[in-house]
Amino acid sequence: MADEVILLDYWPSPFGARARIALREKGVEFETREENLRDKSPLLLQMNPIHKKIPVLIHNGKPVCESMNVVQYIDEVWSDRNPILPSDPYQRAQARFWVDFVDTKLFEPADKLWQTKGEEQETAKKDYIEALKILESELGDKPYFGGDTFGFVDIAMTGYYSWFEASEKLGNFSIEPECPILMASAKRCLQRESVVKSLHDSEKILELAYQLRKIYCV
Amino acid sequence: MNQDEQVKVLGLWGSPFSKRVEIVLKLKGIPYEYIEDVYGNKSPMLLKYNPIHKKVPVLVHNGRSIAESLVIVEYIEDTWKTSYMILPQDPYERAMARFWAKYVDEKVMVAMWKACWGPKSEREKETKEAYEGLKYLEKELGDKHFFGGETIGFVDIAADFIGYWLGIVQEASGVTIMTAEEFPNLQRWSKEFISNNFIKEVLPPKQKLATLLKAQFGSVTSD
Repeated sequence: MADEVILLDYWPSPFGARARIALREKGVEFETREENLRDKSPLLLQMNPIHKKIPVLIHNGKPVCESMNVVQYIDEVWSDRNPILPSDPYQRAQARFWVDFVDTKLFEPADKLWQTKGEEQETAKKDYIEALKILESELGDKPYFGGDTFGFVDIAMTGYYSWFEASEKLGNFSIEPECPILMASAKRCLQRESVVKSLHDSEKILELAYQLRKIYCV
Repeated sequence: MNQDEQVKVLGLWGSPFSKRVEIVLKLKGIPYEYIEDVYGNKSPMLLKYNPIHKKVPVLVHNGRSIAESLVIVEYIEDTWKTSYMILPQDPYERAMARFWAKYVDEKVMVAMWKACWGPKSEREKETKEAYEGLKYLEKELGDKHFFGGETIGFVDIAADFIGYWLGIVQEASGVTIMTAEEFPNLQRWSKEFISNNFIKEVLPPKQKLATLLKAQFGSVTSD
């Protein structure tokens, strides 16, 4: 029986991007259903009643929610190719630890960067860069967080990399001078085939970010 | 036993996060050395083994440290595969377990804490969120013995705060959100959870915990 894989998604979402990238890394055929977040579909509300958020992966009718949970699920189901998590338990634990760090330390400042202005935005900028610097020191001289291969933490970060340009323009700062090594890894990730196919033009994201800022009356 | 192979847990006696790790080690029959950190004063050992977050619990195994309680639980599960399994084998069931564990950790516990001891202006909103979160858990548990089914699993361990701490927190803070009448499944579950022989061994004494909480956070009436 062929697998039915549907992804409830929203094109600029860094979280949706993570799921898309993971599916493409594994060469899994899937159908995207684009959501309007201001008018969520009955399917989304049925498949993710608690959070009502994308991405939701619906695999043979059963939903999986929360982006990195979706990525782990994809890795475990299609385990015969391109592993996303390492097989060594300690390396797996490190990957999970750093993904938790990304989602707890980058998430709020990244949002506040485009949602706020003045002092609040300056604080967000400071927190964002601080978190990126810690991540950069974890990266060290590896090409990817996964070492020689693009892995779990890289997928988590690529969602944020897709918003780097928009964050820089809206926050009026530049990431590269602060984190040149992380930036080099980001560029490497953004060139991967699975990523190129999964992300929209950074210009479109920037355009959207400006629009959203107007809606937030900033 | 090779010195390097010994498992060490750096924890705090009253912390539900710390106890998650001890519960799993006990359930899996893995011997470990427990090292108590110091409330209100982070030890050099903690700063060495968890420089990023500077929090317990930390597991040290083969000279390497792992932090974040649920990451540690999965590490233990990945490393000691032959004993009692905490996560199901099926990828979908595993995804569900991880979803609910995260929900407990990030939504329900946080809302409960803020409802009891957060800024006064937010308590009403947090109480509503905590109540809703507990209702979702009540429904997810249903009439199963445990979230893991017949045996204690990942979600049960993540929800240790609800199983044991919540009653004491409610008493200490004067805020009641989870009642037996409204949450019969969770009530039944928590009794079974805390009467497990391995879990009983590691739970902090009730009175001591109540005293600590009152001292650290006061109560809603004392604000």
